[in-house]
Amino acid sequence: MSIIKVENLVKRFGDITAVNDVSFEVEEGTIFGFLGPNGAGKTTTINILCTLLAPTSGRAFIAGHDCIKESAEVRKAIGIVFQDTTLDKDLTARENLIFHAYLYNVAKDKMQQRVDDVLRFVDLYNRKDDLVKKFSGGMKRRLEVARGMIHWPRVLFLDEPTLGLDPQSRTNLWEFIAELPEKNKVTIFMTTHYMEEAEVCDRIAIIDNGKIIAMGTPDELKKAVGGDVIYIKTTDNASAKNEIERLFKFNVSEKENEIYMTCGMGDTCIPEIINTIGEKVISVRLQRPTLNDVFLKLTGKTIREETSSGDDIKDFVRAYRKRH
Amino acid sequence: MEFNVIYVIVAREFKKFIRERSRLFSAIARPLLWLFIVGAGLSRLVPSDTGVSYTQFIFPGILGMTILFSSIFSSISIIWDKEFGFMKEILVAPVSRLSIVVGKALSGTIVSTIQAAIILALFPLLGFNLSVVQIIAVILICAFTSFSISAFGIVLATFYESYESFSVIMNFIVMPMFFLSGAMYPVKLLPEILRICAKINPLTYGIDAMKHVIFRFETGPMSPDFLFIVDAAVIILTSVIFVLIASRAFERKG
Repeated sequence: MSIIKVENLVKRFGDITAVNDVSFEVEEGTIFGFLGPNGAGKTTTINILCTLLAPTSGRAFIAGHDCIKESAEVRKAIGIVFQDTTLDKDLTARENLIFHAYLYNVAKDKMQQRVDDVLRFVDLYNRKDDLVKKFSGGMKRRLEVARGMIHWPRVLFLDEPTLGLDPQSRTNLWEFIAELPEKNKVTIFMTTHYMEEAEVCDRIAIIDNGKIIAMGTPDELKKAVGGDVIYIKTTDNASAKNEIERLFKFNVSEKENEIYMTCGMGDTCIPEIINTIGEKVISVRLQRPTLNDVFLKLTGKTIREETSSGDDIKDFVRAYRKRH
Repeated sequence: MEFNVIYVIVAREFKKFIRERSRLFSAIARPLLWLFIVGAGLSRLVPSDTGVSYTQFIFPGILGMTILFSSIFSSISIIWDKEFGFMKEILVAPVSRLSIVVGKALSGTIVSTIQAAIILALFPLLGFNLSVVQIIAVILICAFTSFSISAFGIVLATFYESYESFSVIMNFIVMPMFFLSGAMYPVKLLPEILRICAKINPLTYGIDAMKHVIFRFETGPMSPDFLFIVDAAVIILTSVIFVLIASRAFERKG
């Protein structure tokens, strides 16, 4: 069943089209990733889905409720971790969560238990009475995820959840996010501009300039740009090359003392090749295409190059919203 | 209206108020300066009227000032909440905008009324002899006035996005509101234009209502400027109007 359904969504800010005819569906209990450079329209889409922003045209549904007409129903069904911290730093971790529980009308008799549960879940139970201003970036993020989970949402939105975190907290957070759907029966909709992070997603939509340019599982997307590349170093590259070409019909090239070839499924090809030219082999390595290669192939640019112009668009949108 | 939402918004504000001792201290220091320094100085210049000294005359005005500053400050914290993102957490919640506004206005009301009550407790030092009924009446007027001013502050806060605007609000709205409220001089003695300004200021009516309760005389330059019933009507009416405007403004942004 699709828990999120988006049909031909468009959002314009003056002359800028931030979201341009976007359609997609998300299966319940999966992790869906929106991947794209800054300013691609990821946050705008989230804001529409979260009922914070009305679209110019198109429709969006969460758990069967219309994001525009039934905003109250949608709000009950979702939890959100925004890009920027939205905690009250002058309250303790626990007080922030209690505040949230009241806002979402969690039953009084279950409230304490639930707050303690989510605090344990994000491993902050022993810091529950500390003021949030004493927390590190990673702890704040975890607390926000915990807060988003309190009211048993059916969809949890994570907008660039690892932005500004150090590599270690980032890895921890991802391990934690990957477990969320199964442990909490929740669907995750996340955005990121870090390709490596999108790997935890069950499905990914790549978005650029407000348009979805590719959608699928990470493996499908990678396969679409071509298969794995196998690099082999041998005692006699020339004869190994001939042998492989003759037996496997691969197109083999040579570069820097290594021969290399592209094949669909690298991990099954390697044993076969080694079985035939085994005694000549010195080393073998396999290179898989990354989501970076996918993005490069689809847009002709790497995702980081976009950053500056993306920030320009962000500034523009911010200024536009202030004026209106 | 959701009472759980109103309760938790008030609880948050109250908790923060109790934690920030310096806020309470400075909120009480300001009226004391006015009362015992400005008041004491000017009372040498202004003759007492019907047995009321100038320091006594400005007592309701200083209570009004306490309410004005702390109510506006409480409401302006919405701008901080916007700046630091916390407002988003409230806006995406499945709660009505009216509850948010009422909760916020009640937060300002409680914090302001507590501060005003502390200042009111100084009345024996100023030579007043107030009955229990008078004290309760003044506290009630403070509460209603605080609600109106807090709601006005929320309307202001919806116009501003960043805390740089704080000094603009203070200098161009709050200070004029204080000086044109009948706090320091009777409205009836003001020049025509300033008198009109004072009449559109909700704080004027709150202070005037307190003058009715504290002074109990109806004539002379230091007497109240309006009928008590007018004061009460204006305070209640402006409260409703400001709350409605603020909820509309939140609805639009949310």
